Amino acid sequence: MKIGRRSFLSFIIGGAAGTALSPLAWKSMDDSSIWSQNWPWTPVPADGEVSHVNSVCTLCPGGCGITVRKVDDRAVKIEGMKGHPVNDGGVCILGLSALQLLYGPTRVKAPLKRVGERGEEKWQEISWSEAVAEVAAKLGDLRSKGKSHTVCSILDSDKGTVPYLFGRLLTVYGSPNFIRTPSIQDSYELAINLMHGVQASAGFDVEHADFVLSFGSGLIDGWGSPVRMFKANSNWKDSGSKVVQIEPRLSNTAAKSDKWIPINPGTEVALAMGLAHVIIKESLYDSDFVNNYSSGFDKFKQLVLDKYNPDNVAQITGVDSSALVSLARNFAHASKPLAVCGRGQGKTQGSLDEFIAVHALNALVGNINSEGGVWAVPDPDYIKWPEVEMDSVAAVGMQKERIDGAGSETYPYARYLLNRFSGVVNSEEESPVNALFVAGANPLYTISDSKAVKEAFSKIPFVVSFSSYMDETAKNADLILPNHVFLERYEDVPMPVGLQKHVIGLSRPVVKPQFNTKHVGDVIILIAKALGGRIADAFPWDNYEACLEETLGDKWESIVENGFWSDPDFKVPASEEAFNTPSGKFEFIPANLKSPLDFSPVTIEGSDISYPLILVPYDSMRLANGFIGNPPFITKTVEDTVLKGKDVFVEINPKTAEEIGLIEGRYVDIRTPRGKAKVRVHLFDGIMPGIVALPRGLGHTAYDKYIAGKGINFNELIGPVEDPVSGFDAAWGIRARLTKV
Amino acid sequence: MSRLIEEKGKESESGGFIILFFILGLAASLVLGWGVFPKLLYSQKKQPIDFNHVLHVEAVEEGCESCHFFREDGSFSGLPKLAQCVDCHEEIQGEDPNEVKFVEEFVANEREVPWLVYAEQPDCVFFSHAAHVKMGKMECVLCHGHIGESSHSRVYEENRVTGYSRDIWGKNISGLKKNTWDRMKMDDCAECHAKNKIGYDKTSMETLPWPLNWALLPYEKQIGPKARVQAKKDACFVCHK
Repeated sequence: MKIGRRSFLSFIIGGAAGTALSPLAWKSMDDSSIWSQNWPWTPVPADGEVSHVNSVCTLCPGGCGITVRKVDDRAVKIEGMKGHPVNDGGVCILGLSALQLLYGPTRVKAPLKRVGERGEEKWQEISWSEAVAEVAAKLGDLRSKGKSHTVCSILDSDKGTVPYLFGRLLTVYGSPNFIRTPSIQDSYELAINLMHGVQASAGFDVEHADFVLSFGSGLIDGWGSPVRMFKANSNWKDSGSKVVQIEPRLSNTAAKSDKWIPINPGTEVALAMGLAHVIIKESLYDSDFVNNYSSGFDKFKQLVLDKYNPDNVAQITGVDSSALVSLARNFAHASKPLAVCGRGQGKTQGSLDEFIAVHALNALVGNINSEGGVWAVPDPDYIKWPEVEMDSVAAVGMQKERIDGAGSETYPYARYLLNRFSGVVNSEEESPVNALFVAGANPLYTISDSKAVKEAFSKIPFVVSFSSYMDETAKNADLILPNHVFLERYEDVPMPVGLQKHVIGLSRPVVKPQFNTKHVGDVIILIAKALGGRIADAFPWDNYEACLEETLGDKWESIVENGFWSDPDFKVPASEEAFNTPSGKFEFIPANLKSPLDFSPVTIEGSDISYPLILVPYDSMRLANGFIGNPPFITKTVEDTVLKGKDVFVEINPKTAEEIGLIEGRYVDIRTPRGKAKVRVHLFDGIMPGIVALPRGLGHTAYDKYIAGKGINFNELIGPVEDPVSGFDAAWGIRARLTKV
Repeated sequence: MSRLIEEKGKESESGGFIILFFILGLAASLVLGWGVFPKLLYSQKKQPIDFNHVLHVEAVEEGCESCHFFREDGSFSGLPKLAQCVDCHEEIQGEDPNEVKFVEEFVANEREVPWLVYAEQPDCVFFSHAAHVKMGKMECVLCHGHIGESSHSRVYEENRVTGYSRDIWGKNISGLKKNTWDRMKMDDCAECHAKNKIGYDKTSMETLPWPLNWALLPYEKQIGPKARVQAKKDACFVCHK
């Protein structure tokens, strides 16, 4: 018997037929499709008991409530908390990505002591008791030498128990140098302080406004409490409310607004005054408010009528005078108009004139402390600790002038001036700061003119960082005492930024601490106890949690149950009692100001001959630019026209690019009076000719390999421009030059 | 002539050969597909502890729910954790070697038992026990069979390709089933949902927390006898999170 070709083929055909009649083929297909969806490297949370924990996100000052989904002991998803007064179920991209900040490689895992040079990243792990003892010894030494006032703290907030603990320690120790990181909060607080005569934060009833006039505020680019603003923006679209965006660049906010008015950068103050001119001249203002509850109106009227007629303003701002007139009319005729300012996300303070001018616009249309308007919201007064008893050293130290000059004769209005800090330290031979504590802040990255800040830090003999991450400041510190990240710790989060209600959120441990970290509140209490005497007496609590529970008192139970506490009875006083100025009324021209405001645009640094272009920063929801490094999840969402590989793109109008001879994607050197960097060109019709823009939030040099080394830090290219009245950083840009490489 | 006959005979012989080889090929592949393939595809694993459901159901007060209960938030506990077992098994009871092993290896070391889960679904499948048991009033048996009446843990057969239990595809390699609990694939969910028109009439819509619509819309035509998932907004994401 010989098996021929035909028999063989027949065998194969029979085999094929049999296979078709057996389940092998389709079962294999089904299995292989399941297999291909279960690659071993695809992260799948382990099975286990699912639970949810309500907490508050502290990655920005927005104060959103979050609900964290857990499987057994691992947090697997962060969502917005339904029913929360700020974000009602919404969450932003940074909040969503926060698990990378909890489990990612950028964490500092134990207290570290520097053994190499500053910034060399040679560390030695030490125990917590050693760390506390070292800080206490240093502080004790300085105090015994009468240098208690040379100790300084930089924090991101001055509200809530943790900043209060810092403030308390400094006070009883004998230093006036508690510094809050800068933001538009400073300017709004000062404008309200001068015009209302009260110490309060600005709250915006955005939900009820029907005409929003934004002077460059990135309403949906992260200004205020971002998720709340997204929701408000959706409501405006549904209800037909109008949004007018005034800025030189087509931001997301401008693109989604009803009208975008490009303006010469930095001249917003003149536009606000021009609008006031039309409103006053055409008697479109709220005469009830102006006549009964305001003072200085005649002086203000005189000023705007004399100096800011539409033609003058058109010349300064580049905004057509007829557009200005119709904008003023539309704004004044709206039933609930609201004007806001603070560029981008509001991370730089801005000029006081601008905030006063914009606030005056709100007053003209009578929306102060009213529905859909701007409210002066005092801090909730739930922290009622006994007054500290200072010893003689502390009393002397507290009498000393602040290092940043805030509250001094030169800068009587400002409370904190971190923008002046590096200038002061660098101007003196020996650093006036002998010990610096940084918590919840990353000044080496976020403060403009990074080079000068770094130089100042290098002069300070003892720098302690409480950062949970190896950020730029931690990297250049002498000691790192890592705090728990917000998903591991208790903390009260009062006053979500821009909210016109009294809400206290509670951050609480969602998971147990992953590493050998310690709550910053506990560390402060331990340091105080180690210092002994009156200092220890001022901290009677066993630990931070006990302090927090005692402070919140009868609110504790409801705040633990709901995740937040909201004051249902909170109201701002009626206009008769709302103002505590010398006149008892709203003051258009603040009487408390020693020198008059001139409402002129801020001149930026650099000469237009050597630097023919103007560089402005822009903010994006996809780039965290505060003390938090952008987690890799978000960086993935950044467009290729912003960041490609490690290159950042500078936006330039095609016309300007043509004049210089630049094409899309071309590498160029950007130079400013403060620094230079290599970037690529992106042609963008949405930016005014002569202006170039770079994003904030890139160019980290610390954290981990996933965050560092992408793009450049805008703060290396810009320096502060001091506001003549407040001392705040009023810089909105800097002159620049592009050269081909 | 004789040569011709010879050649014809040869030809018919080779024709028979051809058929024979066809049958051989067919038979071999059928044996391979139905017999050998399933044996190769699944590995046989033993549960770490041979569990006796009968014994336990007799001993506990609330039947299945004594160990397989709903948590306070409505989620289903599935397999009991060691913490529940310890209530009774802190000390060795009786002489059963499984009991000895359980207490010595797991209870004493506070180690969870790595049970092999017959009904384990991929992570992308969202299934709520509460919706089916509490609201749909379904019996456990409907999907899980008479496992509560077993006195030994049966062999766990793991698909070498997918890593899931054989119970999902079903014991029968052809995919046919006799009982509702024989298979646990998506079609089996769909079958029950289609039959009961769950998500169609208003009452059941209200009993279910999602807008699942298995019925035809007025302008649609029935194409085949099988129900299908409507491509309505969010339809896929009801079960595939």
